[in-house]
Amino acid sequence: MVPALFGITLLVFLLVRVSGDPVVLLLPEDATQAQIDQLRTHLGLDKPVWEQYVIYVSQLVQGDFGLSFRYSNRPVLPLVLERLPATLELAAAAMVIAILISFPAGLVSALKKNRWPDTSATLLATLGEAMPNFWLGIMLILLFSVNLQWLPVSGREGWQNLVLPALALGASSAALLTRLMRTSLLEVLSQDYIRTAHAKGIRRRVVVLKHAVRNASISYLTVLGMQFAALMAGAVVTEQVFAWPGVGLLAVQAINSRDMAVVQAVVIVVAVIVMVANLLVDLLYTLVDPRIQYT
Amino acid sequence: MSLTASTSPTRRSFRPLKGMRPTVLIGLLLIAAYVLMALFAPLVAPVDPAKTNLVNRLAPPAWAGGTMEHVLGTDQLGRDVLSRLVYGARIALLVGLAGVVLAALIGVTLGLVSGYFGGWVDTLVMRLVDTLMSVPNILLYLTALGVFGPSLLTLCLVIGFINWTSFARIVRGEVLTVRQREYVEASRASGQFSWKILTKHILPNVMGPVLVVVTLNIASIIILEASLSFLGLGVQPPAVTWGRMLAEGRNYLATAWWLATFPGVAISMLVLGLIFVGDWVRDRLDPRAR
Repeated sequence: MVPALFGITLLVFLLVRVSGDPVVLLLPEDATQAQIDQLRTHLGLDKPVWEQYVIYVSQLVQGDFGLSFRYSNRPVLPLVLERLPATLELAAAAMVIAILISFPAGLVSALKKNRWPDTSATLLATLGEAMPNFWLGIMLILLFSVNLQWLPVSGREGWQNLVLPALALGASSAALLTRLMRTSLLEVLSQDYIRTAHAKGIRRRVVVLKHAVRNASISYLTVLGMQFAALMAGAVVTEQVFAWPGVGLLAVQAINSRDMAVVQAVVIVVAVIVMVANLLVDLLYTLVDPRIQYT
Repeated sequence: MSLTASTSPTRRSFRPLKGMRPTVLIGLLLIAAYVLMALFAPLVAPVDPAKTNLVNRLAPPAWAGGTMEHVLGTDQLGRDVLSRLVYGARIALLVGLAGVVLAALIGVTLGLVSGYFGGWVDTLVMRLVDTLMSVPNILLYLTALGVFGPSLLTLCLVIGFINWTSFARIVRGEVLTVRQREYVEASRASGQFSWKILTKHILPNVMGPVLVVVTLNIASIIILEASLSFLGLGVQPPAVTWGRMLAEGRNYLATAWWLATFPGVAISMLVLGLIFVGDWVRDRLDPRAR
């Protein structure tokens, strides 16, 4: 985790260095050479690149992510952090929707293998994977906001605002997880211990729910954890569709106005969150599967 | 055991038509249709996609009160939606192909080198892979395109340079298993050069898994390209992209539903075709996936 984090900071640092001289962006066009040199020294840009990177990282560690020149020189980190709850809320809601759809759908699909519930679920899942989430979002707006006028188009005021973006964002995860739940459950159901359980005369419901689902949910959980990163990524685009005021919206605005300090902070903050999420998933394993132990 | 050890024993036979599902045929037909549409866009498109007609703005599709002249209607500048969709296929397929080829070249090379030589090269490459995989890639695409400026070339390059990780991982894994096989050891013992062993014996054996990643990857690159154009960081006008059509159409949802509807249908159908074919290729070539 730590090396990857260093990698990210280095990557972002180099990308922004390549993007051009910040001094030119900051000063008026008729600035004198003396003014340019002065600002350059002030920003530490006259030092060698590796030294600049060391300074950059040591500032990051202290929570200093630089200043945003678009938001009147405000420190960048609080700017990003105050947008974070909106994105996390959207991603969490999307994940809940994905679980609520995929768990039962995958279960039914596996139990009714190759019959109509399975075929229709699989078809829907494939469609869900083929549709870009932002287009699904637009179509949901068209149906529920423009035509039926049930839900608001954009913004973040009440729970009504959350429904459509969460649905749009969660759909592709739901599709993927349905397919996964189906395959892993089918695999577990063909195991010897399931046959033994049946042979002992345990009721089918108990065999499926107690023995099969619990074992199938290990791989489900793994992918669910990885889906969190996918949802954070998807949120960047979904937020544009619904004008949802999260870090994705902030990042795109920052890129368009070349406010690179904000962009850097968003990338690093989101990377940290995704890494922490993956760590939590690893810990969750031990709860679900006692065979796994970390020493 | 055969003495002609240099013919790789794990190479799988590829018989395309055996046990083909109906979905595969649909997928192949869809892809063929899009490829033909993109190649012969000037012949397929009814009119010039850039031709504006301010008198005939926001005309609805033919069955919704429009005319057969503009089957799928016109946009806010009176441009023909169908013609623009046809031309949009060009960018989508071009970026999809170029992106995946570049990503595969980088990923396969790094995966081969990393798996075969091991040591610090391996550590370095794998660290890079971990780094790129630890952050949602869309943020890296946005940052890189923001820095280098959006164009067809930068888009393909950026996709190639960020998207190679899955290739490197899968190739490295394969190399690690293939490297232990007798025929590789035999050729090493007989004094062949490393690069010759790599290209002649190891590379053919990893092509199956690579092809699987390629087919599934094109679909995700096409969605990615659409997302980036939707955000305004894709290929710039006058080139037509489905993502930009969607972004513009979103502003006319209340008055012209067709603008934001058809580009999405175009993307979804193409991706659907690629998923159908990709799943089938995976089932045929990757023994681990069923």
